[in-house]
Parts: sequence; structure tokens; C-alpha cells
Amino acid sequence: MAKISENVICVTCPKGCTLIVTRDGQTVIDVENGCKRGKDYAQQELTDPRRMVASSVRLKGGLHPLLPVYTSAPFPKPRIPELLSVLRQVEVKTPVSLDQVILENVLDTGINIQSSREMKEVVE
Amino acid sequence: MTIKEHYDVVVIGSGPGGLAAAISAKKNGAQDVLIIERDIEPGGILLQCIHNGFGVEVFKQDLPGPSYAQRFINEAYQVGVDFLLDTMVLEITRDHRITATSKRYGFLTIQAKAVVLAMGCRERTRAQVRLPGTRPAGVYTAGTAQRWVNVEGYMPGKNFVILGSGDIGMIMARRLTFEGAKVERVLEVMPYLSGLTRNYVQCLMDFDIELQLKHTVKNIIGKKRVEAIEAVAVDDKWNYIPGTEEIIPCDTLLLSVGLIPENELSRQAGVLIDPVTAGPFVDDGFQTNIPGIYSAGNVVHVYDLVDWVTEAGLIAGKSAARLVQNGPQPDAKTIAVKAGENVRYVVPHTLNPDHLADGEIRIQMRVRQPIEAPVWVEVRSGEKLLHRKGEPYARPGEMVTIPLKPALMDEVKAAGELTVAIVKR
Repeated sequence: MAKISENVICVTCPKGCTLIVTRDGQTVIDVENGCKRGKDYAQQELTDPRRMVASSVRLKGGLHPLLPVYTSAPFPKPRIPELLSVLRQVEVKTPVSLDQVILENVLDTGINIQSSREMKEVVE
Repeated sequence: MTIKEHYDVVVIGSGPGGLAAAISAKKNGAQDVLIIERDIEPGGILLQCIHNGFGVEVFKQDLPGPSYAQRFINEAYQVGVDFLLDTMVLEITRDHRITATSKRYGFLTIQAKAVVLAMGCRERTRAQVRLPGTRPAGVYTAGTAQRWVNVEGYMPGKNFVILGSGDIGMIMARRLTFEGAKVERVLEVMPYLSGLTRNYVQCLMDFDIELQLKHTVKNIIGKKRVEAIEAVAVDDKWNYIPGTEEIIPCDTLLLSVGLIPENELSRQAGVLIDPVTAGPFVDDGFQTNIPGIYSAGNVVHVYDLVDWVTEAGLIAGKSAARLVQNGPQPDAKTIAVKAGENVRYVVPHTLNPDHLADGEIRIQMRVRQPIEAPVWVEVRSGEKLLHRKGEPYARPGEMVTIPLKPALMDEVKAAGELTVAIVKR
């Protein structure tokens, strides 16, 4: 198979390096301009692209009507819309602690949805 | 909690800069440290930045904004920082008297030995970029929309056009898409992205949202509510290019057209403001021209990473604690740091070479023109090159840092002033 060289922007950290990725089909042969994490990112992006997903769920009894949540690990990119539909059905009650698991093993991915902050119960 | 009349250090604002400054002041020996915050809870704008990407430098972790804030809020309470929430500071004087008003405590006067300004920055509005057209509902800054969507639970519209490729704008493009809205277009007047490249990839490219560089809004159309915007291509001098107009139907226009340090209180206190950064002139300990008044974070210059804001807060808090403990130091010989070739601005504006004995001093700057090729970041004394560092490229959207190492102390001392430059390798 023919070798292909292309530019890929790494989103692992805020540096946003432009990686020069040489690949043979789905196999990365060489990555220029990046760190160790960039090399892993290039291979992952080719075979199974993933992103950290942050959103919110409904909250009862807190200072605000929403609780921000995020994925415990990068989540498969093609399944993000499915994940968002699941989150729309969720409602939690205060008190909530930081990193409290809101949904375990969401959509059988092995990834948890956890709280991005603490939210105390508001006593009127 | 009773609010005392006297504090060692009072910090204005509880965003990442203020939290770090207060924690650092306390840890470095200040006894009574108070944070005054106008919101009903501490954390600042991080609380509405629910996306990931925070803490890569400080925690080596990829955290959402509220998580990043929570770590510092918890630490501040733990080390015994006092918080005065839901309180608006009205005035700070050059001798550190603070007047404030609060629903709970009424009118307050507090005397501080040192003050740290950490008010952050504010978004540029429609009026500040002089957008033509009618004045219908549906024109908001990206940060306002972010607050509504992420904290208060309101959607500001269904079909969006975003003007400006700042990070908040791109992040909101993704967020609104997540919540079922359609983002029709992102327009950027400059020939390059104004936010981070990674946000272009994961916020726009991932969702097929089109970015048009060298484009702006020529007209806002709609009576009661935005009905469409007229986009237009511009030349290098931002003149409209006739014949390139396009009507884009939408119900909301978001503006992500820059942030300006919020320095009304600083000016009242007599703090001198750099016209380029719109923040105070500072030394390497983040002291302003007024002795005992320090400033930290986006109030000094707008950072692109919260991690650097935290770092600045830690330095400012430490400087404030030192002043409280040791009193004012006799005038040391400070050296000016100037923006040279292709550098728009540099912070700090002055530095005391003796401080290199305590560790490196980081000089931070923004490039004037982008260079998409390897560059040298140079520190010069007149014609003499003192220190340089290579970077793969230089972009106005991404701040450049060069550390001055303690080993350079003698050379820096001998220099009349330092100039920084960013040149092609």
C-alpha cells in the first residue's frame, strides 16, 4: 500500500502542534513535530477518534438549575450525539461532590460521567 | 463570619488569579487575607467554562473549568482565606483603603496593608466594534451566552452566526451544537485564527462549522429580533470588498471579538495603565506603580491559558505577603523590559535583577505578526544577545514565554534595559 504523509493538528494539549503523520493505511509509521502523546494521538485519531465531552445535566436543590459534567476519559467521537441524548434525560439532586459519578459505564463504553464541581444543597 | 476592619492582604476578585494570590499570600506568611467577590460564589468565569482543557500545566490533567476552580476554592478555605461574597468594591485608594457595598453587610470600609487587583477582563461589545445595522434582540457576547447556556439553563437562540474566532466563540459554537442549535458560520476579520488551533479542530472542524477568515458583519438585519446578518469579505485594511456580500439567515449573533482587562478600580487608585495591554504596568512581582498594590491575571493582560493566570496570582500573592512582613524595601535598581522587533507587548514591564537569585523570571509576550516557521525568541541588551529560545512558530493567538535563568543575573544587572524580539530563524 502507498505511504501517505499528512498534517494533523494535535488536540491533546493547548500547544496544538501540527504533526506530520506518515501512514500506511491505518498504521502510523512516523510522526514528526510532536511529543510522545502526539504520537499516540495520531494513531488513535486514525483508528478510533475520541474527545473529552463536557456538558450539563439538570439539577434540583442547588444554587443553579444545571450541574456541569464531563467524561472520565476521551469518548468515541461518532457516539457523542448519542451521549448527549442520554445526558438530556438525567436529573440529579444536591448535594453533589466534585468528581461524583453521575452515570457509570455510560453506553457500555467503560467511561463514567462525573460532576465538574461540588454543588451544595441550598436551604431556603 | 465577621468582617474585620484591617487585613494584611485584600484580593479583589475570586477567579483563578485572585484565588492563587490569596492562597499564596497566606502560605507566604500573611496573617489575615480576604477575597472580595461580587458574585454569590467564588470561582469567577471558570464556573461557566464547563469545557475541558484547563490544568494541563499546573495539574498535568485535562480538567473542566469548574473542577479547576474547585481545587483552588477548597485550598483557599483550607488555608484560612476569608471570603466576602456578593459584595461590590466601589473604590480603592492609593493608601489601600477599600470601600465596598454588600446586601448582607451594607457599606464597608476596609484597610489593607497590601491589595491584589484580580478583577479579570471583560468582553468587547457590539458598541466597541461599531457593528452597523438595526438594534434587535439577539446580539450577545459569547461569554454572556456561555453563562446562560452553562449556568442558568437558557438557550439564547436556534440559528447562530459567530463573529470572531476567539476561544470563547469557538467553544460556544461546539456547546450550542451540543444543545441542538445550528451554528451557520464563524467570521473572523483577521487573516488568521485569534484563538487556539486546537479549538479550531475540536470545536469547528469536528462539527463541520465553517470558518471564514478576512470576513466580517456588514449589517445586522431584523426589527424585534435578529433575522439575518450580512457578511462581507474584507481586504488587509478591513475595507469591505464590494460584491462579496452574503445574507446569512440566523436569529442570534454572538460576538467573540476580544477581551479587555477591567481596570476601573485600578485607575481610581492611581494605577498607571499600559495602553497596549490595557492593564497596569507591573514589575516582576506584579506590583503596579503604586506601592503595595499588586495585580494578577487577566486584569494585567489577557492570557490564553488559565494555568499562567494561576502562576501570576501565586507570584503576586507572594510579593504582597513579603511587603506585609518586611515593609517597603529601599528602591532597588530595576530594569525596563521593552517590546522590540515583532513583539506587540511584554510583561513584566520592569524587573529587579536581584530577584533572579530566588529563581527564574518569566517574560511573556505576544507576537505582532504571525510567523508560520521556526522562530527565535530573543532577549537583548542593546545590540547584545543575552538569551534566546527556539519555537516552532509564533502566532498572535498564542502567548510566548521566555524564562530568564538565575545564571543571567550579572548580565541582566549590567544591562541598561532589555528588549525582546521574535524573529525568523
